[in-house]
This record gives sequence, C-alpha cells and structure tokens, in this order.
Amino acid sequence: MSERKDIELIADLVPVGSRVLDLGCGTGELLAHLRDRRQCTGYGIEIDDANVLACTQKGVDVIQLNLEDGLAIFEDQSFDVVLQLDTLQHLRNTERMLKETARVGRVGIVSFPNFAHWPNRVQIAAGRMPVTRVLPYQWYDTPNIRVGTFKDFEVLAGKNGLRVQESFGIQDGRAVRTLPNLRASVAVFKFDRG
Amino acid sequence: MGSVGHVQPQSMHFAEPLPLKSGAALRDYTLVYETYGTLNAARDNAVLVCHALNASHHVAGTYDGQPKSEGWWDNLVGPGKPLDTTKFFVIGINNPGSCFGSTGPMQVDPATDQPYGAHFPVVTVEDWVDAQARLLDRLGITQLAAVLGGSLGGMQALSWSLRHPDRLRHCIAVATAPNLSAQNIAFNEVARRAIVTDPDFHGGHFYAYGTVPKRGLRVARMIGHITYLSDDSMEAKFGRSLKGEAFGYSTQDIEFEIESYLRYQGDKFSDYFDANTYLLITRALDYFDPAREHGGDLTAAFAQARCKFQLVSFTTDWRFSPARSREIVKALLDNRLSVSYAEIDAPHGHDAFLLDDSRYHALLRQRFANIAAEVK
Repeated sequence: MSERKDIELIADLVPVGSRVLDLGCGTGELLAHLRDRRQCTGYGIEIDDANVLACTQKGVDVIQLNLEDGLAIFEDQSFDVVLQLDTLQHLRNTERMLKETARVGRVGIVSFPNFAHWPNRVQIAAGRMPVTRVLPYQWYDTPNIRVGTFKDFEVLAGKNGLRVQESFGIQDGRAVRTLPNLRASVAVFKFDRG
Repeated sequence: MGSVGHVQPQSMHFAEPLPLKSGAALRDYTLVYETYGTLNAARDNAVLVCHALNASHHVAGTYDGQPKSEGWWDNLVGPGKPLDTTKFFVIGINNPGSCFGSTGPMQVDPATDQPYGAHFPVVTVEDWVDAQARLLDRLGITQLAAVLGGSLGGMQALSWSLRHPDRLRHCIAVATAPNLSAQNIAFNEVARRAIVTDPDFHGGHFYAYGTVPKRGLRVARMIGHITYLSDDSMEAKFGRSLKGEAFGYSTQDIEFEIESYLRYQGDKFSDYFDANTYLLITRALDYFDPAREHGGDLTAAFAQARCKFQLVSFTTDWRFSPARSREIVKALLDNRLSVSYAEIDAPHGHDAFLLDDSRYHALLRQRFANIAAEVK
C-alpha cells in the first residue's frame, strides 16, 4: 500500500482530526499523510526494525509489537479509526485480529489483495496459482498466508456482526465501485460494530 | 564521529537542605557534574543523562593524562554521535549517596564530624531528580530538551516526567521498568546481605576501622553481573570452557572461565565502589514504583506526564524485560501521550543499553535528530 494514489483514496475515509491506530503501519507513510493533511493523531504498530526507524524519521509515533500477540495493550474503543492496510493477509489469526480491530476502534478500515480480481481468475482457470503485481509471489514462498476475495470479506464481516459502511476496490490508483470483486486488485472496507 | 575530548568534573554546593522522600533531609550537599557541548542562547538544547547503578557523572570523554578514563556512555555521546554534542548541551550529574564525589556515605556528616557511613539517609529516585532539578535551576535551564537514561537511569527519566512534567520535552527511557519485580528485589537483597555480613563492614562504619568489605562487594557484583547478561551471551562468551586443560577436582579454585570472569569483575568493582553506596542505590531501585501512590495504577500515575516518550527495550534483557517496558507504554497510551517504543532484538541482555547495537543507536540518532530540529 505504498502507492500515493492508493494512500489518498484510503486517507479520504478517515475523518479529519481522528485519533488513529495503524496496524502494520510499514514506514509510517499513511500516518504522516493523515497527520499532515487531515490533522490526525495516533500511533503505528510495526514489527520490522527498518520500518520502525523509517517511522521515527517521519516523526510518526510507532510501537514495535508483533500483531500476532494481539492488541491487549489497547483499551476498548480507544481510537476513532483503526487501519489495517495490506496486513490482514499476513496474519495467522485473521478473524481474531478483525475482532480486535473492531474492539479497539470505533471504525475499522481494512485493505487486502483481492484474489478474485479477473487476471487471477484467468491464471487459476489456466491451472496455476496467480502471480501478479499485487500478489507477486509463488504459492510456496508467499508471505500472504491468507488469500480472500472482496465477497469473502463481506461474509466474514457479517459473521462477526460488523456493519460495512463503505467498500470499494482499487485498481491503478482509482476507486472501483462497479463489480469490484472482478475488476479490482485491492479490496477496501470501512466498517463499524453496527 | 569524535570524542568530546578531555573533560573536567565540576562541583556545585547547595547550602539549602534537600528534603527527602523518607522525611529526612540532607542538610547541605555537593553535586559533582560534567557538561559537554554548548548551551545555546535560548537555553533549550540541554539534555540530562541519568546514570545507572554503578556509574557516575562521567558520561563521555576522558580525563587529562588518563587515556582509559572513557565515560560510561562515550559510544553514544559526542560530536557526530547519536546524542550529538555539536547540537546539544549534555549534562551528567552524580547523585547524592554516590561514591563519586557528590555528598555520600564517605563524606563527613556535618552533624557528627564523622563520615556518614550507615547514617547517610536512604535516598530515592525522586530525591535524585529533585537534586538534579536544583542544579539545573542554577545553570539557568528551565526546560530540558530531553532526559535520557537506561536501567536505573531510565527510572530517573520517567520520574522527571512525573515530578517536573513541564521541565522536559522528551523522555527517553531505555531498558527500564515501572518498578522492580520480586525477583529483582531478591537479587538486590542477596547482594546487600553479602555486604552487610562481611566482617569488614562494621555496621557501615568501616571507614573508621580502616577496612573495606571487599568480600561482600565482590559477591554483590558477581550476582549483579549475572543478571546483566543473557544466558546466550554468557554461553557464547564463556560456555563451559575451562581455565586449565582438565578438571582440577577442587571446589575452591577457579576452574571454569565464567568463574574467572565473575571474580575478575568482582575484584575490579570492590576496588572502586563504596559498600554503603551499593546498599543505598539498590534500595532506591527497590523503592521506585510511581504507581504505588495511585493504588498500583500506573495509568493514573502517568496522568501527570506531558512530555513525549521514547521507550526502548532489549529482547534478551531478563532483568528488565520488554514486558516491563510495555507496561509503561500501555500507561502512556492510556493517557493519550505521544509515545514510541522499540523492542531491539539484541543478544546481550540488560547490558545491551550500554553497547553500540546498530539498530538501537540508529533509532536514538534519529530521535535526537528530530529533537534537534525543535531546538532554536
């Protein structure tokens, strides 16, 4: 989620002045953007040393934690928005993290590679696991231990009583609102606890 | 990256009594300190570095004619170093009760004309912070750019943020804890018993007898030293290596390399450290517990804090483990304070805070660069 346009599309979902927690914040680019353009405050969670340093370089507050250990350090509903961008698919306990996101934040925003994007479907139809720009790994060495689709997330959200406020796909830096499950390589959901 | 070069300690006398947390007071006292770099015109670039258990005001540089007298954090503090003395005015202060020149058990008690010895009042982290604040008053520094400390020094940095919340902009606390665990206190107690049961201790008044309880100090230091290292780093450094080629079947001689190392550390320590100071400083560690005055609620304790925080822990530090730092982080998050936390995956145990791990130093370098950008 490092591309500028993608970041702006997602930042637009975050109300001005929000208190934000960014799970798997990477280099802190989005948090810096939210601070500079939308007067937001908050923290990033990151495990990688180089990313922690990059956040410090941007003056973004970052807490070095392993998300697999959960979010016990945060109180219920202590953030306006909890972001989980391009992170969910790397986690073993996806459903628990989604619940934790909804517990800690009033609003959750997730994004992940949409496995049902049509080029993936074509490659699957040809009998191979897809290798694309968004999913650039071979099936045996991918860090994406979960693959899901736009529609799959709707089902998971429903199962956990989460209400989707807004959702769209992203393709080539543009929001895709018509047939996103087919036409977009990235899925974005904004939800609350209903 | 250079050294701050030759430095000279200074001392400052305070005629007004220092009230202590115990209810006692130091009637008058002297603090020894060193400074590096230059205080700017706005007086807003000062960084206080707080010392840990066996250290002193001598943070960086060397003493003239003593090439091996490097300060204890010389790898961190100097021109071009992570805490850059071309940008910051760095201050190291020797705390009351210490054996490195500030008023302590070795000095003469004006009430009795004898060395304080065991009569030196029990001092706390909070008392040290108050003493440091007075020295800064005299230097004309109303607000510090940052307070930095590791271990017991980290506790002082945290205490600064609570006792004088408007007098620091950043608190950088490394390898520290919100209080000691029962296990930590237990190690301290064993060390203290080693000292006070040494026949040369004479109830703390050994100065008058011309003795030094070296045996007790040696054992105390050996125990302490074990807790500063990780199992892995001891294994890597010493393993089961023997001094000789085979077992000597002796229970008295040094046989394993680790025994030799611990005895060497103990001997070195007993040559320069004061037994009463060791008792006082370990007690200050035992007592530190800012949550205590808030019914054990650390979040309530940090409600007073105003500055920005950087916490750092080391994964192999079992003395002050990352979990202890995370308790502090949680209390700061609960208070919606600005906090960053780095958990450095270093193999060296508690001592890592004094070593130059590249990730750790890169982080502090960046953090201080950000702070320097705020300075006028």
